[in-house]
Amino acid sequence: MTRLDKTDRAIVNRLQQGLPVCDEPYQAVADELGISEKTLLKRIERLLEDRLLTRFGPLFDAERLGGALSLCAMKIPLDEFDRVSEQVNAFEQVAHNYEREHLLNMWFVLATGSVEEKNDVMREIEAVTGHRVFDMPKEKEYYVGLHLAV
Amino acid sequence: MSVCISRSEVTGEREDSVECLAELDRRIVLATQAGLPLVSRPYDELAGRLGVPSEQLQRRLRVMLADGRIRRIAAVPNHYRLGYVANGMSVWDIDDLCIDALGERVGALDFVSHCYRRPRHRPDWPYNFFAMVHGHGRDEVYAKVARIAELLGDACRGHDVLFSTRILKKTGMRLRPD
Repeated sequence: MTRLDKTDRAIVNRLQQGLPVCDEPYQAVADELGISEKTLLKRIERLLEDRLLTRFGPLFDAERLGGALSLCAMKIPLDEFDRVSEQVNAFEQVAHNYEREHLLNMWFVLATGSVEEKNDVMREIEAVTGHRVFDMPKEKEYYVGLHLAV
Repeated sequence: MSVCISRSEVTGEREDSVECLAELDRRIVLATQAGLPLVSRPYDELAGRLGVPSEQLQRRLRVMLADGRIRRIAAVPNHYRLGYVANGMSVWDIDDLCIDALGERVGALDFVSHCYRRPRHRPDWPYNFFAMVHGHGRDEVYAKVARIAELLGDACRGHDVLFSTRILKKTGMRLRPD
């Protein structure tokens, strides 16, 4: 784990809540934190470079933008896992893919322009891999807002 | 973009058609999906790149924030590098009659980052409710999951926690500029 000083922590915690829309938003946040705008900008740059932050900017809701997102899961025998993982990852619509400890051991997110494209990609993945894709689209969202206190 | 901007003969005010606003919004998404510029006046810089006044860009961002297309303009922490190495997907089989009321309450817990209702696939998958829980270790995740179980009480017929053991791919969302 990379060490963060007190200022870094305050910045990471504050920036997860959101930057205002105004002419000088960084100045506004820097004032709140009691640091200079220059310090804030330099620290954000460094946090991004060190990959402590993966991204900084507008966080979009893909579905509200007109796309389709779905969580998919597959049950892959261990001796086929690496091959199937390669085959699945080769689809550009696969945004992320995690191995998890369960009979359903491969979990990925499909990001597509439409529901039709999503269904097509799922069928293609089934055809290429020879395994069923369990479609787990969200039916209702109760909360989304990663906030990790550091 | 000049074809998109016309002046109302009556009021003299600029009227942007719905199509033009949709096109501008799309260009804003494309221009910011890699991130917001790290300069003193980031919205001015973006507006300059897109060839629109900064006030208009800021107005569009406010509209997109209000209608939910943008959730927040914010930092996404890398939970692994920040020490949250245990990433548990807790999954629950909850009575359909009370899932929505309970889902809202679980979503309100400060340690739950994402929380959704999803379809079951019996017999392989009896769970209809997902709540992501992050912790510095598995014990911390299990302790948090126990608090969710307590909140759900008898409405929950079973649950499991799936830890991720490997990231196989992580590219993030990309809107294609087509």
